[in-house]
Parts: sequence; C-alpha cells; structure tokens
Amino acid sequence: MQVSSKAKADKTVQVFNDVASTLEFIEGIPSAEILPLPIRSAIAQSAFEKKLGSDTIRRVVAEAALQFEAAQVEPGEPVGVVAAQSIGEPGTQMTLRTFHYAGVKEYNVTLGLPRLIELVDARKTPSTPMMTVWLDEEHRKTRETAMVVAKRILQVTLSEVADNIAIGDGYVSFSLNEEEMNRHGIKLEEVVEAVKGTLGKARSEKAEVETETEYLFTVLNEEMTRAVGYRLKEKIMSVPLRGIRGITKVYLEHSAAQDEWYIMTEGSDLAKILQVEGVDRTRTTTNNIYEVYEVLGIEAARNTIIREVVEILKEQGLEVDGRHISLLADWMTESGQIKPVSRTGITLGKTSVLAKAAFEVTVNHLLAAAQSAETDNLEGVTESVIVGNYIPMGTGVVELLVNLEVFKNLGNN
Amino acid sequence: MSTAIYKTVRGLRFELMSPDLIRKISVMEVKTEDLYDRDGLPVKDGLMDRRMGTLEPNQRCQVCGGLWSQCPGHFGHVELAKPVYHVGHMKKIVEVLKATCHQCHRLMIPEDQVAELYARFERLELRRPEQARAFVKKVCARAAGSRTGEKALPSCPHCGAQRRKIRLEKPVTVVEEKEEGDVKIYPDQVQMDLALISDKRDVKLLGMDPDYARPEWMVLTALPIPPLVVRPSIILESGDRSEDDLTHKLVDIVRTNKKLNECVVNGSARIVIEHWWDLLQFHVATFFDNEIAGYPPAKHRSGRPLRTIAQRLKGKDGLFRGGLSGKRVDFSARTVISPDPNLSINEVGVPEQVALILTIPERVTPSNIEALRVAVKAGADSLEGANYIIRPDGRRIDLSRVKEREELAQGLDVNYIVERHIRNGDVVLFNRQPSLHRMSIMAHRVKILPGRTFRMTPPVCPPYNADFDGDEMNLHVPQNDEARAEALVMMLVQEQILSPRFGGPIIGGQQDYITGAYLLTRRTTYLEKQQVEQILAASGLTVKELPPPVVTKPNRLWSGKQVFSLFLPKGLNYVGRANFTHSDCKLEKCELDDYVLIRDGVLVSGVIDKKSVGQSQPGSLLHRLVKDYGEEAAKDFIDRAFKAFAYYFDHYGFTMTFDDVSLPDSMNAEIESIVEEYERKVKKLNDAYKAGELEALPGKSLEDTLEQKVMQVLTEARDRVGALAAEKLNSDSGALIMAKTGSRGNMLNLTQMAAIIGQVSVRGKRINKGYSSRALPHFEPGDRGAEAGGFVTSSFSRGLKPTEFFFHAAGGREGLVDTAVRTSQSGYMQRKLINALQDLRVDYDSTVRTPGGLIIQYRYGEDGVDPSRSDSGRSVNVEKVIEKVVASE
Repeated sequence: MQVSSKAKADKTVQVFNDVASTLEFIEGIPSAEILPLPIRSAIAQSAFEKKLGSDTIRRVVAEAALQFEAAQVEPGEPVGVVAAQSIGEPGTQMTLRTFHYAGVKEYNVTLGLPRLIELVDARKTPSTPMMTVWLDEEHRKTRETAMVVAKRILQVTLSEVADNIAIGDGYVSFSLNEEEMNRHGIKLEEVVEAVKGTLGKARSEKAEVETETEYLFTVLNEEMTRAVGYRLKEKIMSVPLRGIRGITKVYLEHSAAQDEWYIMTEGSDLAKILQVEGVDRTRTTTNNIYEVYEVLGIEAARNTIIREVVEILKEQGLEVDGRHISLLADWMTESGQIKPVSRTGITLGKTSVLAKAAFEVTVNHLLAAAQSAETDNLEGVTESVIVGNYIPMGTGVVELLVNLEVFKNLGNN
Repeated sequence: MSTAIYKTVRGLRFELMSPDLIRKISVMEVKTEDLYDRDGLPVKDGLMDRRMGTLEPNQRCQVCGGLWSQCPGHFGHVELAKPVYHVGHMKKIVEVLKATCHQCHRLMIPEDQVAELYARFERLELRRPEQARAFVKKVCARAAGSRTGEKALPSCPHCGAQRRKIRLEKPVTVVEEKEEGDVKIYPDQVQMDLALISDKRDVKLLGMDPDYARPEWMVLTALPIPPLVVRPSIILESGDRSEDDLTHKLVDIVRTNKKLNECVVNGSARIVIEHWWDLLQFHVATFFDNEIAGYPPAKHRSGRPLRTIAQRLKGKDGLFRGGLSGKRVDFSARTVISPDPNLSINEVGVPEQVALILTIPERVTPSNIEALRVAVKAGADSLEGANYIIRPDGRRIDLSRVKEREELAQGLDVNYIVERHIRNGDVVLFNRQPSLHRMSIMAHRVKILPGRTFRMTPPVCPPYNADFDGDEMNLHVPQNDEARAEALVMMLVQEQILSPRFGGPIIGGQQDYITGAYLLTRRTTYLEKQQVEQILAASGLTVKELPPPVVTKPNRLWSGKQVFSLFLPKGLNYVGRANFTHSDCKLEKCELDDYVLIRDGVLVSGVIDKKSVGQSQPGSLLHRLVKDYGEEAAKDFIDRAFKAFAYYFDHYGFTMTFDDVSLPDSMNAEIESIVEEYERKVKKLNDAYKAGELEALPGKSLEDTLEQKVMQVLTEARDRVGALAAEKLNSDSGALIMAKTGSRGNMLNLTQMAAIIGQVSVRGKRINKGYSSRALPHFEPGDRGAEAGGFVTSSFSRGLKPTEFFFHAAGGREGLVDTAVRTSQSGYMQRKLINALQDLRVDYDSTVRTPGGLIIQYRYGEDGVDPSRSDSGRSVNVEKVIEKVVASE
C-alpha cells in the first residue's frame, strides 16, 4: 500500500489551488478507495490549507489508509455486548434528576436515566412529549410571525375561555370570558358545535345545548343528576376549540446560529403539525419515536432513536461512541417495526428457547416451546453457556474442519 | 475411567411427553406411596425405590450399573386412574378445543384456506420461525373465533356441526355453555376430543406438532416420576431423614391416585369419584407449579409453601438464571484489595496463602520434567510446590498427604499432570463486581506477596471502579494454554487502556499522582542531581546520561520538566491544555504554563495534570502515547512516570489545612453584606407576590414564578460570594492546588468550605414542606424567605446553624436515596440491553449478524471501525497523519 514517493517526488510535484481539485486528486489515488468520504474530504481540506504537494498527499493518503485498515473490527468481535455495556455502564453514573430546565426558559423535559430507559423500552408515548417546530421562510424571521404559527398550534380548550360554571340537577351552564374569546378569536357557535360533538358520543349524556346570551350556554338534560353533571363538566372543559389536541404549551425560541425563530411545544402530534401552514416540514421533529415511525417511517424512527440517545448522553456529559448507539437503534428497528429492548420485544423474537427462558418468565417459554415442539439450535450466547459449548463470539467463531482421511494416512506413513 | 459418552450438543428439541414415551423411559411403576420400611430400607415399588437412582457412593445402580458418580438417575411413572390436565397447558387446551370442531375434529377454517395458510406457515417457519409462531397464533385465534373485529363461524365449515361455546374456568375446569346452563367437560372427554384431531396440517396450524407435541398429550394419563437425584433426601444431624419437597408432593399424588383407583374399580358414586379426581388434579397441578392463581399453594407442615418444579426453574436463584447461565467455578479466590504503588499495572499482588491453594495443571514433558520434580519435592506447603499429581490412569495423588515426596518426584514421568502452585508471572484474571463493562475483568500477572490482601496499583482502579475502603475482588486461574494465551493477548491490562466506549484511555492517574505530576512539572521546581537520581531510581527508569542542567551556577539544577521529559519517548509531539489554567491566557504565547507543549519528547512548557495524565481524558498525553507508541510504551510510561510523581509527592510533603479554607475576618463581613443584599431581593419578590404585583411567567403559576425567581436570585448570590472567596483563597494552599489540577475536589467544594454553602434543593426545588406551611417550626407559617427555604449562608469552616444543618441533611439524604434507586434501575436496564444485544457479532464479511444469519448492519458502525481502535471515535485522525508524514520528510 505504501507508495514509493521518493522516486516520483522529483518528477512532478503538483500543488493545488482549491479543495475540490485536491479532493479530485485524492480520489484518483488507488489506496484512497477504502477511505470513507468524510476522511477523504478532511484530508483534502487540510492538505489544501497546508499547501501540501501531490507527493506528500500521496503519502498522507497511504498512511491514512494504513491506519484506517488497522482500525477495522476483527471478525467475531462481539459488538453487541460491547454496545450494551457502553450504553449501560454510563447509566450508573447518570443523575436520576428527572427534570431539567432547558436553558433559561421554563419548560421541563424528562432526561437522564428515566428518559434513557423510556427510549430503550420504546414506550408508546414519552412522559414529556415535545416537538421542535421549525418555520418556513415567511414565518421564521420575526417573533411576531412565529407567534402567528404558534397560535395555530396551541391547543385552546373550553376551560381556558370559560369563566363561570353552574351545575344543578338537569343542567350545566357555562359562561364564557369575553376577553379570552376575543383573544383567541373564538365564536360561541364554534364552542356549541364542539360541545355537541362530544355529547353525541356519550350514552347517558344525551343532552340539549341551549345558547342564552352571546357568552353563555347551557347543557340541558332532565334526567341528569348533579353527579353526572360534574363528570360532564370535566369532559366538556377539555374540548379542544383551537389548535392541535395535546399541544398544551408553546414557547418561542430564537436560534442564534441560524438567526431564526422556532417553536418548542409541550405535547406532540407530528402528523398534525406537518399540515399546519407556516411549518417547515423538512426540519420539524418530535421526541416521540412512534409518531416519527408512523408519519415518516422506520428509517426516520431509527434516526430519532439515535438522536435522542445521543442528546441524553451529551446532556449528562458522558461520552459514548456513536457506533454503539447506531447498533442498538438498528437492532431495535431491524424488523421494520420498533421493537423494545425487553421480553416483549427483541428477546421475544429470539429463536432460542433457552435464551428466552433464561431471561424472564422462564416457565411460560418452556411450556410454549414444548407445545409447538420447538428446536433450539444453540447458536446464541446464552444457550451455549447453558449447555457448556464455546460461545460463538471472538475466538469461539473459528472452526476448523479436519479431513480425517488425510489425517489417518499421515499417521500410516 | 468413566464410561460416559462425550458429545457436543448441537441442538435441543422441546416436546410434550406422550404416555407411551413416559412408559418407555420409565424403569418402574410406582404403586405405593410408602417410602421406607421399618428397617429404613426403601420400599419396593415405592417412591424411593433405588431403581430410580443411587444416592450413596460405592453403590452400583441396579438399572445402568453405573456408580453413584456416573448414574444420572432414572425416571419411574405412575399410571393415573383417570386422566388429569397438565396445568401449564390449560390455555392451549381450551384454545385447541375452541378452534376445532367437536364432530369432525377439523380446524374450524374452510378447506381451501387451510391449504393456503399452511403453505404460508411452512415458508415462514423456514425463514423466520418467530414470525411463524405469531402467524400460527393468529390462525388459531381465527379458528377459535376469538379474534377481535371478526365474526366467528357459527358452524363447522367441514361438517356443518354447530360450534360449541367453551370457556376455561380457572384454574382447571373446562365448561361448555349450553342453553340449559353450563356443563363441565371432564378431562377424559377433552382428551378424546383432542386425540381425534387427525389432520397433520390442522395440528401444525394449531401451533402444535403431529409427531412431537400431539394435543392430547397435554392431558396426562401417566405421570413421570423424577429420578432420586432430582429429589434427594437429607439426613439430619439427629439421624432423621428429611424428604425433598417433590417427594412430599409425589406421596400425595400416589396416595390420591390409589384412592381414586379403588373408587373406580369399586364402582363408587359419581360424586365420590369426582372428589378424588379433583383432588388428584390439584396434587398433579401443584406438583408442576405451586403458584397457580385459584389454587391454595401446597404447604409443608411448617407452613412453608412447597418448592415444586416451576419454582425450581424460575427467578434469579432458579435453575436457569442461578444454575445454568451462571455457574460456580473452582480455581478462584476472593479477598480484600489494597494498594501497592510499586506494582506494574499488569501485575496483581497475591497473598501467599492464596498461592498455596490455587494451582495450574502442567503436563509433564521431557523439557519440564526436572522443574516439575522440584515442585513435587517441595510439596503442598511450599510456594514453589504443587498440590496434586494426576497419573495417566487418572489417579490423583494428594501431595499434602504424602511423606516420601522424593520418591514420588523420581517416579514422575511424561504424561503425568502436576497441579503446581501459581507463581510469579502466571496469568490470572482479576475481577470486581458489578462487572459493568469488559474492563471489569482483566488479566494480570501474578506477583506473590506476604500479607492477606490482593494488591493492585492505583492507576488500574478506574476500570474496575475500585477503591480501598474494604472492596473485595475475585481472582481466577485459567487452566489451559488456550485460555492463558487468550487472556494474555486480549485481556491484559495494558491491552485495555483504551475503552471501547469512547475510544479514549480509561486508565490513568488520580488524586496524588496528579498532584505529584503538577508539583514536579511546575515552573518553580528545580532539583539537584541527587534528587533527580533518587526520583529516577524510584521510578525504575534507567537513563544513560542526564540532559544538561538548566541552571549551572551556583549549583547544577535540573527543572522538574526536564525530569518528566525523561519518561517520554523520543519524537513525541503533543499540544494540549492543562487543567490548571488562568482564564486570560492565549494560546502558545502563554507565560503561565497553561499550555502543555511537548516537542520531540521534551516538555517545553505547561504543567502536567489531570488533562494530560488523568483517567478518561480523551485526547490527553496518555491517549497519544497509547495510540502512537503502543500499549507497551504506555504501560512503561504509567509504571515509571507515575512512580516518579508519587515519589516526588511523598518527599515534597503535601497537605491541606484548615487555613486553606479560612477567609480573613474582613471577608466575612463582606460576604454578609452581599448575602443581605440578596436576601432583601428575595424579600422584595415575596412582598410583590403577596401584594399580587408579581407577574406570572408564561405557562407558570404565580407560585412557580416566585419560586423560580427566588432560586435565580439565590443562585446568583452564591455565585457572587463564591467567586469573591475563590479570589481570596491562598493560591499556594494544598486545597486549591488539588482543585485546580483536578486531583481532588473542585472550586465549589472549596467555596462551600470557605464562604457559603448556598441553596439546598430537594427534587430541584426549595424545601417548603415538613411542617404546617413551613419547613421547620423555627419559621413563621408561610415564610418564603431565603433562610426558611433552605438557603445556607454559613460555610463548613464556620459551621452551620441548627436550621441550616437540618436543611443540609435533607439535601444529603436525597443524594443517598437517589444513588440507591439509580443502581437498581440502571442494573435492570443493563441486563435488558445485554440480553437483547449479546448475540450480535461481526461476521467474516464484516456485516453485523445474529447467530441465525440475519443482517443488522451491512458494515459495523457504517465504516467498520472498532471504537477501541479509533481515535476518540474517528477512524483516522487526519491532522496527526499529516503531522506525522510531514515530520518524516
């Protein structure tokens, strides 16, 4: 691989005048082939900055290729275990402090160990769902324009515009706050429509809605007792009038790096947010991996898992190589669905009966295996340990086949 | 010699036992529940019949002729008077009954679909067995009509018979819902129904197997009796026998079965028969599992629930987790660890007492026969000795019992095996639990030392996460050459300096090493020739010639940096920042030793501290050494330079005193005035809140807003006082040096000792609960001032007021609880992660695969780079490569 450059050196020493041509030259060197693009670009960049000649670049590439080759994993390397250890071990050093005030602002996000467990278990909804909503050209410039989008997103429920509620036998009556109604631009008809929508579904709560004044309406039902009335009240109060259901808070943020405004939300609904006008669909994200999976697909979900794990570890100041995290994410999403790292997910998918039995719910796995006459081919680690074979990892993957015939003849001669 | 047949296990198939199989493997039918006769001998055809296995040494098995150590025991069986269910299979039994027709015994799915489904099932089973299992589950549910959102076929698509409505009444009653009411279906009827399912595809689609798991086998007609080795009886000190829980249960089963049989034979009334039948069912059920919902657990006379089969398998100490996944081993030792800075990182100090017990088997060959004769002669009580000789015929000779060892040594011949004591230089594995990562078990070379503890050098503490406050560690001796070779090549401490977690060094200096390095390399350190020589002698470094001294008059003096440079390899270039920095310093123009600059193996400027030689510092000097000069060089550096640091540290004399954290009285007044100023601010906020003038922050309640603002104000107060105090601390003090070099403690600790402790928080908030509307009775109800919320204005050196002490303790307690909760949570997470990922490995084609061949990544980490061989995650450090190439030109 080493290029004998001394001989070539005095012939033609080229110097390049931009990064692109340097890179082009590097691409032409045979030993550069094994180097990934980022490395080639980095060499080109540095070589150009340092004004290196072509022969020097050749030797740099050769040396880099040598080092790259030397850094390759060995076949049989138990990368899974190493990844699990590398992600699990820092867990002991993490703080359990659940909440974190990101920046000076006042929103809470679950972080640290609880969040990591949540991700690894692939919970359907995170304990603090959150979205980062980036805005399109039109809206990202000023706080005011961003506010317009924020208002479209923020969920407004009846409880926020209601002033006074009176409950009695057979009726629940709501009086609305004029000021709040105007602020959100909500009309009484809308409210009544929405309330009727919720009433229709419930069985015993079939009721009439009567409007009295512009800011007062009453739900009437003669059979309704006070107790039912209270329950009904709770239900009606949470009727969303505006915005996206579940988005309980929005915060306007300014990114200094890109000089633009964006929105952080408490609550998450990626499918709906992408339909909102003014939202930049290409960059908007959520911390709910299932939403990402449903809306954008499994590859996006994989990336979200990686991003979230990296963020947690970074926030805690722990260093973990990205390769471990990507392996975990790849394994979790391998089947095209998100599988949690638990007995209901990845472990359940294992083919080995013994491995499943050794993890959790031992007896059930054994019974099920007997019922369907499962065979265990003893290919995995746990099974091998149990029966006393070598594990199929590291030096244990090497197998030698001996031609016994030749062997016997050797002895005879 | 053993007559056992040795084979490598290639696979295991789990099956249901057919009654025929049970009878076939049975060596006897158990007919009586009696165990022993009056003479204490096992009763023939009883539960302790010796045909089921031998229990005493020197007894030959009546069945297989093997000795106690060779005979694995043999099954017996009981013929049940009436069939009973196997409790574990109840759910499946009912599922199968529901999914099949009671008239024609076919799967309740139209014929054409059966063919199609079966074809799909076969394909899946070949490629993805776990998906085949899920598929079959769905088919079953469909046939049973229990799939949500789908209507069950009202009648059989094959013969048109009406579907029965069947229900499982837990734990073991199968009930048919008929118009006239519920009717119980008895196990014998169920067994008949199941036995008549004859279509092989149907059986497969039911998730069962026509050859190895016929549905009717889930109902038992014969019960296997486990061999005696499974349920050994114990002879107590009093001479009484105590039987195993399983034997107790079996006695119940056999007795009940006998009663039931009598009733059946005598033609007793239906109710009587049913009574005994139910009882038999109960006993058989609890024999398998004694924790069934709906059944009272069978208990021992003392009231302790019996530990039957399911309980033996389950849980952390069950057969699987406790006995098969984790095994007990020989050739291991455990004791307390203590430090010995004179050892190499590759060494471990082993007490003599341990060395006299642990052995390595060495096969006698012509080349080692003399050495082994010496060992045999030395005997079991000598460190150079041996414990056993194993002759080619397998006989073991215990050297501690032999007097004429001389003769024995002479009689030693090729192919004897001598189990000799471990010696200096032998490879052993050293481990500290919890074994959270691979560096928790590393290979060391033995160094036999007097004393009773394992000794290790402090720089290897970080990977084990060990300290010397009473920690114990384990030591294992590999028993063959392959194991030793692997341990030496892959597990030796020096091979593990770089952690695969982040591709940086995990081994490194801590505490006094760092302080020592700083003291040695700071600019004021000048040493006389004798001192230099002493340091070098202590470090074990041999130097042909000292570099020219930096000062020649009046005395020849060497700088500490020169001494340090002696430990560096020639040609090493390194630029880095020190931990001990002065903020106003700009890059290499720095006059204050903030930048560590090494040129061609000479420390030009900068102090060496945590950032250069500390543990877990990616990009440090230590890291460069391992990457560019190899593990061996790094090991030598750590072994030698660190000893020099420790030696200089010892002789310099380093301490920390009360004065280091005391401030002049004038300062105290100043601090007080600052604190007062901020307390006034807090009061103002409180007043504003009470007056209703405080404006809530968006998305916050008024109280939360107040809390947040108060916290802000108080944090600022602490920071200001802290900064002020930090300025005034004596810069030569030991405490400050430790904090600044990163060897121990930080500035926060110091200012807390010297000036102010600050706000105590519990769950990230000020403390406000505990007493009615206040934290302590010393305050007014509703007081939300600084002091009442746990703001501690005292310092540790001045001492805390009683209320402050209380708050501080509350904060401390939270920390303790936190740690306890965290360890259990992260431990479980790690177990899950390991279990999920353990089977993944890199294959020869550089893909990451499961053992089944499923590809997870086409190339590991997308570039195939091993993180522990990377440079902090980067496959190639381009800057360093260019530097290297340019330098070589």
